[in-house]
Amino acid sequence: MTFLQLIRKNLFRKKLRTALTIFAIFIAFLIFGVLATFQNGMNAGVDLAGADRLIVTNKINFTQPMPIAYVSRVAAVPGIARVAHASWFGGYYQEPKNFLVSFAIDPASYLDIYSEYVVAPAQREAFLRDRGGVLVGKVVADTYGFKVGDRIPLKSSIWRQKNGSDTWDFTVSGIVTPREARVDTNFVMFHYEYFKETRDVGGDTIGWMIVKTANTKDNERIIKTIDTQFANSPFETETKTEQAFNKAFIEQMGDLGFIILAVVGSAFVTILLIVGNTMMLTVRERTNEIAVLKTIGFTGERIFALIIGESLLLAVIGGLLGVGLAWLISFGMAQAMSSFGPMTFSLNTALTSFVLIATLGVLTGFVPAYRAMKLDVVTALGRK
Amino acid sequence: MSDALIVLKNIGKRYTRGKQQVRIFDHLDMAIPRQDFVAMMGPSGSGKTTLLNLLGGIDKPSEGEIAFEGKRMDDLSEGKLAAFRAANVGFVFQFYNLMPMLTAAQNVELPLLLTKLGPKARRERVQTALTIVNLADRARHKPSELSGGQQQRVAIARAIVSDPKLLLCDEPTGDLDRETADEILGMLQTLNRDLGKTIVMVTHDPEAARFAKRTLHLDKGHFVEKDLNA
Repeated sequence: MTFLQLIRKNLFRKKLRTALTIFAIFIAFLIFGVLATFQNGMNAGVDLAGADRLIVTNKINFTQPMPIAYVSRVAAVPGIARVAHASWFGGYYQEPKNFLVSFAIDPASYLDIYSEYVVAPAQREAFLRDRGGVLVGKVVADTYGFKVGDRIPLKSSIWRQKNGSDTWDFTVSGIVTPREARVDTNFVMFHYEYFKETRDVGGDTIGWMIVKTANTKDNERIIKTIDTQFANSPFETETKTEQAFNKAFIEQMGDLGFIILAVVGSAFVTILLIVGNTMMLTVRERTNEIAVLKTIGFTGERIFALIIGESLLLAVIGGLLGVGLAWLISFGMAQAMSSFGPMTFSLNTALTSFVLIATLGVLTGFVPAYRAMKLDVVTALGRK
Repeated sequence: MSDALIVLKNIGKRYTRGKQQVRIFDHLDMAIPRQDFVAMMGPSGSGKTTLLNLLGGIDKPSEGEIAFEGKRMDDLSEGKLAAFRAANVGFVFQFYNLMPMLTAAQNVELPLLLTKLGPKARRERVQTALTIVNLADRARHKPSELSGGQQQRVAIARAIVSDPKLLLCDEPTGDLDRETADEILGMLQTLNRDLGKTIVMVTHDPEAARFAKRTLHLDKGHFVEKDLNA
């Protein structure tokens, strides 16, 4: 027998109680793992946002247009390496429920700036050549089975063609794959020129600009210069770093981070109380046995280690089961919830889980372990 | 006195119960020779168990000195006292105090977890201890699968497995029928006679005391020696 076996035997002496406690810990870590995966998906855009990228939108809000003439004026600001623009299409495939993140872009500059989107060179060339071409993100291609060369009709819930139709026909020029797993490829994009010429309203306006700066140290100055340049014009601008823009976009739904923290926090406080109480009860029931162990030569420190070991083992079993299942679920989430972003169970989530497991184990075992360590043998055995 | 295993000099012991100070011993002297088998008798509250606690190093005197093999132990730290107990003292309790989730062999092995012995050496020691108490065939049984007498034999095996010089038994037969009690007492007698263990046994039972070499009667913190065979 080893000390670890002794800890294990102590832990499982009341199997039902231990199983229920493990189940409670399992649920808490499952909730944590699933919500963290969801948050990773939602935050992917923020995390991956290029530090050297700025987003310029209409100051009223980002749904309002601005003149395409702004592009060349912004490009002239010193310190800017590249400018691209995009316009929201509000598209869907066949039925409104098949919503697609879709926008019209300035192809060459857009693909240059977003280097995290990988397009095979031949497909990229084909897309640049074909004004009626569309680049389809891998997630969309997988979802609808789109292949290069397919003709796909996209409907818009916002725009109409000059001929009154709400449908644009495109040819799939290429499939966009992510440079790394966290990059979201749930989108389609096509030529702005084709879109501008065929839409019935909107004229020479665009949705927003993406500015790549030569040096991130100049970001503040460039932001100020751009917004000052268009101040007091009919189309005032608001420029933000891409990270700030993405964050603000997500927070339209509410402070997701706070909501997740509140849910996970509540679960963990509850678990802390449940497991802590169970450990207190367990150790109290064993007062006599602990006194016997001390009598035969176990030191207080060793008793402390045995009980902390027990609470740690409890947390490790429940925690790893919960985190493990959350990890498996994350694959399903990546498929089923791809429209929210790339749902990945990140290394950071795994490491945070391990820290939480260790903290839970130590916190719930500390008080009973300390009491056991300080237990007076004579009193405990009723030997006065 | 020079061959004494344990010597108590001028021992005083007081407890605080509520607002009251309870004096158990006052100027108590005692010496227990090696390989002695002492039965300690006396009415409840006479200090028998307290004396056992002091001898075993699980309690400290309020005054006086206790020496084990000539070395002071009353001034040792808690950690050193625990090490002292692990190396030198085996305890046998009235209600066996076995761990219910462990087998007989695992219960016996517990004190050996505190030693540097490897798994094989520990297994051999456990086997030997269980053979001495005639329970080798019950090694894999849990306490709930053993009779009271068998459980007490496991407790004795646990007490002797680390080969201590001193065995302290607190009413070891108090929960057993006469026949089983005699069997356990005979076993203690064998351990004393054949293996040279020094035994101090607290008991209320005069029949049990007859198995010892001598009996000490304690009353209000003082004792008198009386040879039952005289």
